[in-house]
Amino acid sequence: MTTEQAVEAPEAAGHEEPPVLETRGLGRQFGSVTALEDVNVALNAGEVTCVVGDNGAGKSVFIKMLCGLIRPSEGEILLDGTVTEFASPRQARAQGIVAVYQDLALAPMMSLWRNFFMGAEPVKGWGIFQRFDVEYAKEAMQTELDKLGVSLGDPDRAAHTLSGGERQGLAIGRALFYGARVLILDEPTSALGVRQSGAVLRLIRRAAQRGTAVVLVTPKPQHAFWVGDRFLVFQRGRLVEDRRSETLTLESLSYLMAGGGEVDELETAIATA
Amino acid sequence: MSLLQLPAFGKERPWVRTAVLRPELGSMVAAALLFIFFSIASSGAMVEIPTIARVLDTAWPYGIIAVAVGLLMISGEFDLSAGVMVGTAGALLGVMATEWGMNIWLALVLSLGVCLGLGLWNGVLVVWTGLPSFVITLGTFFGLRGANVALSKYFTGDALIENIDEAAGFDSLHAIVATVFGTAPSDFRVSLLWWGGFTLIATWILWRTKIGNWIFATGGDREAARAVGVPVNGTKIGLFMLTAGAAWFVGVSNAVRYTSVQAGQGVGAEFFYIIAAVVGGCRMAGGYGSAVGPAIGALIWGIAFVGIPHAGWNSDWRWAFLGVLLLVSTLINHIVGERVRTARST
Repeated sequence: MTTEQAVEAPEAAGHEEPPVLETRGLGRQFGSVTALEDVNVALNAGEVTCVVGDNGAGKSVFIKMLCGLIRPSEGEILLDGTVTEFASPRQARAQGIVAVYQDLALAPMMSLWRNFFMGAEPVKGWGIFQRFDVEYAKEAMQTELDKLGVSLGDPDRAAHTLSGGERQGLAIGRALFYGARVLILDEPTSALGVRQSGAVLRLIRRAAQRGTAVVLVTPKPQHAFWVGDRFLVFQRGRLVEDRRSETLTLESLSYLMAGGGEVDELETAIATA
Repeated sequence: MSLLQLPAFGKERPWVRTAVLRPELGSMVAAALLFIFFSIASSGAMVEIPTIARVLDTAWPYGIIAVAVGLLMISGEFDLSAGVMVGTAGALLGVMATEWGMNIWLALVLSLGVCLGLGLWNGVLVVWTGLPSFVITLGTFFGLRGANVALSKYFTGDALIENIDEAAGFDSLHAIVATVFGTAPSDFRVSLLWWGGFTLIATWILWRTKIGNWIFATGGDREAARAVGVPVNGTKIGLFMLTAGAAWFVGVSNAVRYTSVQAGQGVGAEFFYIIAAVVGGCRMAGGYGSAVGPAIGALIWGIAFVGIPHAGWNSDWRWAFLGVLLLVSTLINHIVGERVRTARST
């Protein structure tokens, strides 16, 4: 297969623009165990793609390959139609693919603005007088969070005083501020109550409206259904369903997420035996 | 805008807010109370200029190193070899400037190089092996404890290296690190200015530079910091080297001041630095603290060290005092830390 053909393929399929991130025959083996095989997916800007499936279905391996934490053993990842390889999460991040994990990467006793700019501190001044531009940092964080409709109060608060939802807000705001084009969220609402989950889901929608391709891993069908444009269902290391939200109801999604496909398969197998 | 700024908390707990605003606040209050206490206990002898000169002269060698150890602690690591490194620096300078007839400035630079190399060794080993720095630097501690004396004896035939003032360039170096202001017993060393300057620079680095943010982030949550691109390993290695550099400064300052070096010195001092840092509000687990705090912690030690005999007590009580001080301040830090952690503003 030549690269040119590969690049032209999505346009030929009639999309207005190539997908931000695409996988072709993506797979990963650990020793003799196949954790994931032959995943072909195109992630579009402005869409929330929900990754659902049972434990061990391969969804965690899938997102870890997207963000550079695990290297694929088969297949390839295309960014804007070009084949790319990420040696580390840092490289993926530099190209706009940011993962926000459950533990959120916040230092508990540091202030919000220190956390927001951790690892990417804005500086002013020259030579040995170069210093952390604190005024800019506070202002820029406030502006970004305002745009997302996240209000965290005093920027001097320590991160550990934030509630779970607020921490998600800070982490997502930080990712978007650094120009995340693909935002991968790993069970962001798993530890949250109803009200905070709602706020985080609205935030996810807002991120998508701004043109970010959002990948959301969640075990909760209600959350996925409310926020998702597209649903990737994984089962035993394979992508078994790739459905758009228009083709689903909450019931059918719940059914799929509960491993419904597997039940059908089993019934068919029994019937035809 | 104040130079020292820290997380703010709910209005309903103003004391929590204040406590957290300044990690070194507790140690400042403790230092003031102790000073008042010993002033009364010593019937006023404590507030006389010679006594104050003595307090400061006791405190500065611990203070300079404690500030570096404090930053290292904020990044989540310990250095138990900082005490004997003082002996290493002095002995190196002494051997090179006397036995080998080197210009003292050259000896100064070379001994700095060796000490920074030892700091690098500590840092790289901690980062590579992932073992607790407690163990790694304990190994360095014993290694140096033996090497300091053995090598001094090997090169000079004695663990005491004398006549450093005969080295070329001695006077100019003496002027920079050991000049005296005032006459004994009301004499103040230029070392105090170095101590103050170093504390200010360390404060600036911690609160107002990128590196300061890295230090807090490294100690606050190492994996989180690494995930967002903070050079966690480089920060730690740099701080081990800074600590070694601080020990070097104290070692050569004393060698020049006393014109002789006892190669076995510094054993046991490593705990003073750690105690000073903890008393000064640095969190043992990392992620929180200040540079002023450890300096105040060293000052408290100076007040107690001089105050106890002035109050007419047996000077052996100093050690008991140190133990109580460590326990009480750790307890207070822990309680404040817990309150701070559970205080949620909404």
